[in-house]
Amino acid sequence: MTDTAPVNVPAFIADHRILDDTIAAPRGPWSGIVHAGDNLTIIDLFGNQAVDCIVYDAHDTGIRYSAPDTIASQRNVYLTEGSVLRANTGAPLMTLVRDEVGRHDTIGGACSKESNSLRYGHHTVHQHACVENFLAEGARWGLGKRDLVSNINWYMNVPLEPSGVMGIVDGISAPGLSLTLRADRDVLVLISNCPQINNPCNGFDPTAVRMIVSSPLS
Amino acid sequence: MSEIATDSPEGARAHARAQSGTVVDTMPVLPPSSASHWPGDVAVADRRWAETIAGGNYTALTVARGTLIEFTDLEGDACAHLALYNAWQIDERLNVADTIKVQWQAYPTTGQLLLSDRGRALASIVADSSAHHDTLAGTTNLAGNTARYGDGSPQSGSPAGRELLVLAAAKVGLSPRDIPPTLSFFQGVFAEPDGSLTFRGSAGAGAAVRIRAELPLIVLIANVPHPLDPRDDYVSTPLRLRAWAGEPGSAPSPETKVGPEAARAIANTIAYTELRGI
Repeated sequence: MTDTAPVNVPAFIADHRILDDTIAAPRGPWSGIVHAGDNLTIIDLFGNQAVDCIVYDAHDTGIRYSAPDTIASQRNVYLTEGSVLRANTGAPLMTLVRDEVGRHDTIGGACSKESNSLRYGHHTVHQHACVENFLAEGARWGLGKRDLVSNINWYMNVPLEPSGVMGIVDGISAPGLSLTLRADRDVLVLISNCPQINNPCNGFDPTAVRMIVSSPLS
Repeated sequence: MSEIATDSPEGARAHARAQSGTVVDTMPVLPPSSASHWPGDVAVADRRWAETIAGGNYTALTVARGTLIEFTDLEGDACAHLALYNAWQIDERLNVADTIKVQWQAYPTTGQLLLSDRGRALASIVADSSAHHDTLAGTTNLAGNTARYGDGSPQSGSPAGRELLVLAAAKVGLSPRDIPPTLSFFQGVFAEPDGSLTFRGSAGAGAAVRIRAELPLIVLIANVPHPLDPRDDYVSTPLRLRAWAGEPGSAPSPETKVGPEAARAIANTIAYTELRGI
C-alpha cells in the first residue's frame, strides 16, 4: 500500500467549510461529532475497504444506531442513497445523501477477536478486530462495552441469498469512491477502519480512508 | 360486579381474597409442575416455569445453564421478541449480527446457535416446527406504534416491543441502553434478492420452538406484533412458555447444519464455564 491517496474530493465540498479532514489509518479508528446539518464524507481511497461505523445521539448516547429499526423502516437490508440511519427509538440520526457505490451492509456487524475465533479459528484471537477499535475510541467519549450495538459496514458487500445463506464477499467499491452522510441531529460517529484480514471485505489488506466533516456555506 | 362491600378494610380484604384461585389463560402457573401441556418427556421434578404471556405483554426470566425453554404460538399471532444476556456477565448479550454472520445463515431454525459477540453460544435452537423467524427487522418502537396504531406506550392497547423490553430490562437491573437488537420467533420475514423485505407471517397456530441455555441466561421476552406485520389492527395473541431443567450442549446439536463455527462456539462456552468452576 502507498501513502499517496488519489485526490478525489467530491465537488460539492467546494461549497463547504471543512471542519475536519483526517486520514483514518488502515486498522485505525476515527471518531467525531457531526452537528445537525453538517456532512460526513468517507472516501474509500484505495477501494474495497470496509468501514465499520456506529452512530449515537451526541447529547444522549442511549439513543444509538439500530440496524433493525433502520431495516424495518426502509424495508430493505441494504443501505443506499436516501437511506435514513435510524436510532433504537426510530428517530433519524443521519441520512445517506450521496453514494457512489450503491449498496452497503447493515446486517454483518463488526468483527471481534472472539467471534473471529469462530469464523476462522483460534489462531486469529490475537489479530486486530473492530470491536477493539470501538472499545478504545468509545472510551474517549465515556462509552463502554454495553454501548456497542449493531453497526454499519460502509463499502462492505454482504449478499443475502434466498436460502438465507449470507456472508461477506468481495467488495464492489473502487479507489476514490465516496459517500456522504448528513447529520439529522448532533451525532457522535465511531469508525473502525475494518481490521479483519481474513475476509474479502477489504481484499485481505486494510487500507486508509479519508474522513471529511464539512458544513454548507449557505 | 362484586357482591362484597368494599367500604371498609375488612370488606376490601375479603374482596381481594375472594379472587384467590382465579385462573385465566394468560398467567404464570405455580407450582409450574401443575401446569398443563408439558412435553411428555419432561419429568415432574424438572419442571421449572410455566407461563402464558398475553398479547402485548412481556416477561423476564433468569434461567440456569442447560434449561430448555419451549415457546408455543398458541393461536398463530404470537411474536416472541427476545433479548438474551449471560446472567454471570451482563455485558455479554445476544449479538444478532454475529449469530447470522458466523453461521452464514440469516434465517434461524433447529441446529442454529444464538451467539454473543464473545465467541460463545448463549443458547441453541434444539427444536422448531415454525421456521418463520426473523433476525433482520427487530422489534417495534414507541414512535412507530404511535404512528401506526395511535399509541405505543406500555399500558396502551398497542404497546411497542422496545417499550416492554425496557420494563423487562429494568426488572433485572438493566437499562434501556442494554437492550441489543433482538430476534423474533413466529413471524417471519424474507429478503428478496434486491434486499427488500417481504413479511411471511406465521406458520400457523401451534408452532413451537425450543431453545437450550448454554450459559445461565437472563431472557427478556416481549410478545407484540412484528414491525412489518401489514395489518391495520394490532394483532397479538398468547405466547406459551414452558421451561425445564436439562443438560447444556456438549457439542452442537446433532441437527446442526452450520459447520465448524458452531463446534468452536460450544467449545468456547464449555471452556468458559469450566474455567469459572461451574
